[in-house]
Amino acid sequence: MKLLEHQAKSQFRQVGISCPMGRVAHSADEAASAAREFGRVVVKAQVPIGGRGKAGGVKLASGEQEARQAAAQILGMEIRGFTVPAVLCEEALDIAQELYLGVALDRDRRSLVVMLSFAGGMEIEEVAETSPEKIAKLWPDPFRGPLAYEVRQLALDALAAVGGDSRLPKAKLLAQLVPLVQSLYGLCQRLDATLCEINPLVVTPQQLLIAGDGKIEIDQNAEFRHHDLVKDLGDDQEAASSGDDPLEVEAKRRGLTYVHLGGNIGVVGNGAGLVMNTLDLVKQHGGEPANFLDIGGGAKAEVVRNALEMVLLDPAVRGIFVNIFGGITRGDEVANGVIAARDQLGITLPLVVRMTGTREEEGRRILEAAGIVPAVSAPEAAQKIVDMVREGSR
Amino acid sequence: MSILLNRGSKVIVQGMTGSEGSFHTQQMLDFGTKVVAGVSPGKGGSQHLGLPVFDTVAEAVQATGANVAAVFVPPAFAADAIMEAAAAKVDLVVCITELIPVNDMIRARAMLQSLGTRLVGPNCPGLMSPGETAKVGIIPNQNGKPGPVGIVSRSGTLTYEIMQALGRSGYGQSTAVGIGGDPVLGLSFSDVLELFAGDPETELVVMAGEIGGADEERAAELIGRGYPKPVVGFISGRTAPPGKRMGHAGAIISGNTGSARSKVEALEKAGVRVADTIEQIVELVGQRLGGQRGA
Repeated sequence: MKLLEHQAKSQFRQVGISCPMGRVAHSADEAASAAREFGRVVVKAQVPIGGRGKAGGVKLASGEQEARQAAAQILGMEIRGFTVPAVLCEEALDIAQELYLGVALDRDRRSLVVMLSFAGGMEIEEVAETSPEKIAKLWPDPFRGPLAYEVRQLALDALAAVGGDSRLPKAKLLAQLVPLVQSLYGLCQRLDATLCEINPLVVTPQQLLIAGDGKIEIDQNAEFRHHDLVKDLGDDQEAASSGDDPLEVEAKRRGLTYVHLGGNIGVVGNGAGLVMNTLDLVKQHGGEPANFLDIGGGAKAEVVRNALEMVLLDPAVRGIFVNIFGGITRGDEVANGVIAARDQLGITLPLVVRMTGTREEEGRRILEAAGIVPAVSAPEAAQKIVDMVREGSR
Repeated sequence: MSILLNRGSKVIVQGMTGSEGSFHTQQMLDFGTKVVAGVSPGKGGSQHLGLPVFDTVAEAVQATGANVAAVFVPPAFAADAIMEAAAAKVDLVVCITELIPVNDMIRARAMLQSLGTRLVGPNCPGLMSPGETAKVGIIPNQNGKPGPVGIVSRSGTLTYEIMQALGRSGYGQSTAVGIGGDPVLGLSFSDVLELFAGDPETELVVMAGEIGGADEERAAELIGRGYPKPVVGFISGRTAPPGKRMGHAGAIISGNTGSARSKVEALEKAGVRVADTIEQIVELVGQRLGGQRGA
C-alpha cells in the first residue's frame, strides 16, 4: 500500500521532519487560495506512482492565476493509469542542494537499510545503477535503531563520496541528520513500512533540511495494524485507482491473490511457486494463461468456490485448470469447493482438476463421484486443458 | 544421515492446539517425528493429541529436552513465537506461518542471528528427512522416500511436486528443505547448500528457485567457487510479467533484478544444469546419479 505524497508528509510532520507548508486542493479554486496564502507554489499531482514530473503532473506557479491554471491542467489528468483526483499546493522552496534519504527493505541483508546520497533528486535506482559509490548505507540494529554515531558515519561516508561537496557546513549537516534519520527509521518501523523515502531532501539557502517529496509504502502483511491509515487511503485512492485492472481490484476486494495476465485459460492453484510453474506449463503446452490465482495454504471449500467464481469474471476465459498439491491444503476441501462452484455457478467450460497430496484419495473420490475426472500429473493436465480449449474454440 | 533434522530431533509445536497445528502435528507424529510437546500460552497443563501442553517454550524445553520448534502461530504473533523459541535455546526453529509483517521478521531474524539459532522459513513447508523418519512442517507424508537427493526450494507445493516426481523414478531424499517465499528469510539457498555439502548421504542437490530477489544468484556464486556435489537447478515464474507480485511476497521482478533469466544464467554460468520442467529435473538427476536409487 503506497501513501500519497501529502499523506506521507503528514506522517513526516508527526515525527518532527520538516516539510514545506502546503495544502491539498481538489479544485482550481482551492489551488488558487493556497497560492494566495503561500505565494509561489509547486502544484503536484497526488497519485501513488512515480514519474509525475515527466508526465507533466508537477508545475511551478507564481500567484493565484498561475496556480489556478496549473491545477486545472493537472486535475483529472491521467498519469500512468491513475486519474489525478487532487493536487498538493506547496510553498516553493529555494534549493541550494538536493540530497536523497531513504529507509528501505534490503532483501539481501534481510534488514532495513538507510541510504543517504548527495546525488538527490534523481531516482535512487538510477544512481544505484550509474554511480552506486555515491550512496552511503547503514543497516541499523532493528531493536535499537540507528545510533547517533552511526548516522554521523553515514553522513561522512556520503559526503566523502562526493568529495565533500556540501552546501551545508559539516557540523550543521551532522546535527540535523541525526534526529532526521532516527525519526525516519522509527517511522518506517512504526508504520510497518518497506519504504520511507525523502527525495529530494532539500538543503535551503537558510541551511535547513526540508522534505521536498515523500514516499511511504506500507507492508501489505501489516495492514491489520493500521486500520485507520488503510481506511483513509481506501477513501482517497478509490478515485485514483481507476487505472488499475478492474479484475485485480475485484480480486483484492474478495481477498484473493490474483494477477490478470490476458490469456484464455484460467489457472487456480495452491502455493505461489506451484501456480507460477502451472503458468509456465500452460505456456509450454501452447496455451495462454488468463491469470495467476493462488488460493494459498489451508484453503477451505468456500475459498475454492470464490476463486473459481473470480476466474470466470474474466470474459476471455475459455477453460479452467485447477492444480492442487495438498500440503496444508486438503484434497477433500478442494474437491468440495470445485463441485460447489461448478454446480452453483453452472460451469460448462472445460474444467481440468489435477490433485495430489494430503487427503488426495478422499478428494479424488469426491470428484469422481461428481463426474469430474482428476488428472494426476501436471503436464498431462496442462496438455488436456490446452487441447480442450483449442477444441472448444474451433 | 541428513541435514538439520534427524531421528534424535525432539520437536515442540507452538500453536499445536489450533486447527492447522493439530492436523499437522498428527501428520508429523504419523511420519515418525518425535513431537514431545505443544506450546499454547494460557493452555499450559492440558493435554492435546496425547502430548503435554505448556504455556511457554522455556518450560516445554526444560521438561522435554526439545531442540526443534515448529511455529504454527497466526501471523500477528509468529515473529514473537520465533524469538521465544530462540530465547529458550532450541537449535532450529521452523516457521510455517505465512503473511508475517516483514518488519517483525527483520527483528526476529536479527535476534536469531545474534543467538546463533537456525531458522527455516517463514512462509515455508518446513523440512523432511525421510531416512530419519522425521519431518517438521507440512510436507505431505506420502512424498517422503529415503535416498541420496538433497532438495532445497523456495516454494512449498513445488517441493512436493519435485519430491513426488523424483520418488516415482526411484530417487529418494536425504533431506528436503522449503526455505520459504518471503523476502526476509532464515536459511538461504547458500546456507542449505553448505549444509548439504557436508552431509555424506547427500550425493546431489536439487535447487528450485523462483523469480524475485537475488538469493539464487548468491547461491550460484557459491557453487561457482567450487561445490563438491552436482546441483540440478530449476526456476519457476519464467513466464511471469515484470512488476507483478506473483503470490509470494518475494516473487516480484523489480527493475533489473529478480528475473528468471538472470537466475538461470547465473546458475548455468556456475556449471549448474537448469531444468525447464519438473520431468527434466528427474532426467538430469538420473543422468548424474545413474540407475534407480533410493527406496
